[in-house]
Amino acid sequence: MTDTTQKAAVEVIPAAPVPAPPTRRTRVRRGVTPWLFLVAPLALLITFTYAPIANMIAYSFTDWDGVSPELHSTGVENYREVFTRPDLFEVFWVSGYYLAASVVQIVLALYFATILSFNVRFRNFFKGVLFFPYLINGVAIGFVFLYFFQDGGTLDSVLSLFGVKTDHAWLGTPVSANTSLAGVSVWRYLGLNFVLFLGAIQSVPGELYEAAELDGANRWHQFRHIIAPGIKPVLALTVILSISGSLSVFEIPYIMTGGATGTETFVIQTVNLAFRFNKTGLASAAAVVLLLIILLVTWVQRRLVPDDKVDLV
Amino acid sequence: MNRRTALAMAVGAALLIPGCTGTGGSSKGADAKAPDDPSKVTGTIKVLTVRTDLVQDGTLKRYAAEFSKTYPKVKVEFEGITDYEAEVKIRMNTENYGDVLLIPAVIKKSDYPRFFASLGTQEERAKKYRFTDFTAVDGKVYGQSPVAVSPGFVYNKRIWKEAGVTEWPTTPAEFVADLKAIKAKTDAIPYYTNFSAGWPLSSWTSVDGAVTCDPKATDKLAEGDPWAKGADLRVGDQLLYDIVHEGLIEKDPTTSNWEESKPRTAKGEIATQWLGTWAIVQFQDAAKKAGVNPDDIGFMPFPAQTGGKFCATIAPDYNQAVNVHSPHKEAARAWIDWFTDKSGYVEDNLALSPLKDAPLPSVLKPYEDQGVKFIELDDAQGAKVKQIDNESEVGLYAPEYRQKLVDLARGARKGSLDDFLADLSKRWTDTQKNLGS
Repeated sequence: MTDTTQKAAVEVIPAAPVPAPPTRRTRVRRGVTPWLFLVAPLALLITFTYAPIANMIAYSFTDWDGVSPELHSTGVENYREVFTRPDLFEVFWVSGYYLAASVVQIVLALYFATILSFNVRFRNFFKGVLFFPYLINGVAIGFVFLYFFQDGGTLDSVLSLFGVKTDHAWLGTPVSANTSLAGVSVWRYLGLNFVLFLGAIQSVPGELYEAAELDGANRWHQFRHIIAPGIKPVLALTVILSISGSLSVFEIPYIMTGGATGTETFVIQTVNLAFRFNKTGLASAAAVVLLLIILLVTWVQRRLVPDDKVDLV
Repeated sequence: MNRRTALAMAVGAALLIPGCTGTGGSSKGADAKAPDDPSKVTGTIKVLTVRTDLVQDGTLKRYAAEFSKTYPKVKVEFEGITDYEAEVKIRMNTENYGDVLLIPAVIKKSDYPRFFASLGTQEERAKKYRFTDFTAVDGKVYGQSPVAVSPGFVYNKRIWKEAGVTEWPTTPAEFVADLKAIKAKTDAIPYYTNFSAGWPLSSWTSVDGAVTCDPKATDKLAEGDPWAKGADLRVGDQLLYDIVHEGLIEKDPTTSNWEESKPRTAKGEIATQWLGTWAIVQFQDAAKKAGVNPDDIGFMPFPAQTGGKFCATIAPDYNQAVNVHSPHKEAARAWIDWFTDKSGYVEDNLALSPLKDAPLPSVLKPYEDQGVKFIELDDAQGAKVKQIDNESEVGLYAPEYRQKLVDLARGARKGSLDDFLADLSKRWTDTQKNLGS
């Protein structure tokens, strides 16, 4: 359920020191050079991240229906409506399922990352297997799992191989549907968490394990005292991404159930407001509120778990 | 990057962008006149359509080839769009939305003159065509549907006969009893909800008018309570609830599959579905592909009679319109006229024609035999109904409310039908009051 937006990061390596004092011209050129590198990423960042956000904020103060050329400013009316309608926030209960699932997801990812960072047979193969789901398009995953959960579908036939005869409609009741969808989400995003953890674990110097082994530490001790503290920043990041991801779940439930049978999430509700009922203004306000909630949650988390430097050696 | 500079740029962008969103309405009120001389019309026109299947199998190309026999200098291109409503809505913020398009449901009627070129006055067009009031603004007509549709139940005749039912049910209770007989005597699923696709559920709104045989049914939605006792929508929703509540539907509606339901109905694994006349041809095709008899596909009206007669409403499908920004309005107009009057699209689809003097399609022969009364719904209050629907977030034409209804009926959601419908009617009538004041 965590989804990272990759922000273009450009590192500018300072030029080698020049013996003679730089002339005015070289100074100007040197001032401009980093900006030249930044033009492309900045243009992309502004066009596809900040401009839409600015637009969305502007729409949130209007009564726009999404297509009509006429739009009127309504001030904070949309925000007032968002906050005075408790039904709009009820859907956050659904996020609880995804939040619970992300705990499972992090634990599993950590487990696999730890195991596969040591010498295991077919190590690279398993890495590939775990990361693979993350590479598949979310829409395709939705459709595949619709067949998976179908009455007499893959899940039912696999279970019947083990002699378990279920007559259960997996997406049939709110609890079962949300659990199933959260399960799909774990399947999909486990790989991403796993790769993040694996990268962090592998950046821990190898001598530490050797030294620990000489001191008689077993695998659990190594995990407890070397790996866990070593990857703390990545762990904290993953938790933040998981929580914000849980609050803004969208594509899996949207494609698989369309929000029916109690699987509606806040984002699905916002999309429905904008595209079903043509309340683009109100939907923009709801989206801004979601953004603020996520920022707030992240801020609280950062205060609780400060981003301290890791010092293993 | 310096943090302050970044912020300044973001703010700068924020100030600039909202300025560019308005669309100009400079060409408001343009006309797309019918060309006098077919050989002189020129231009390449792009036609947007929902029939992606007909784009892919080349059917539309064949129509275009036929069209160019009359209009040799016009070239017609097609663009099939799967998620039509959402995609076209966004494109309509620009000027580039094809030359001929289907009017999306989201466009407010009063905005038609901003987006579409007029096809002529209502007075003049009403002599030849039905449903001119659906797209008329200030006496001018902006769209023309190539086909008309009538909602009803697509059913498998063989299965219904095997269950011992030979007469169409005349009341909702009789209908449920017949479905029970199907469940008891055959292996078929009596009724298939297509819950997952959603739109087949929202089409239950089209029972409106058929129950009480009232051409002014749309006006009633605008003024009255659609879920009052005996009102059309309440009767329809009650029937859907009963069907689901009695367990006469597929085992797991949440994973239902529309494409799969067509051959399954043709083969008799599914007995009944509430759709429309447009679906008949698709089910017959599915039957041919599955190697079963296409004549098994039958069509029946809503189980309600007024004065001893069934009623069936007819309404236009998507209306075709000319983009007001199109540089080839004459060619676009020529396409719409030709497609409606001469293409044979109506016959190919076994559909009802929007032309006033056209005969009924052969599949509706039983309708003629039974004396089913066709009524054309009056759309004078259509725009207001849409406004109430959006404002109240009830979603008469969206699947959510009926999905909740089905969940309620099969026990996946707590509550009673009466409370559920009472809540809908409260939201609906409250909004009516707010908009009225």
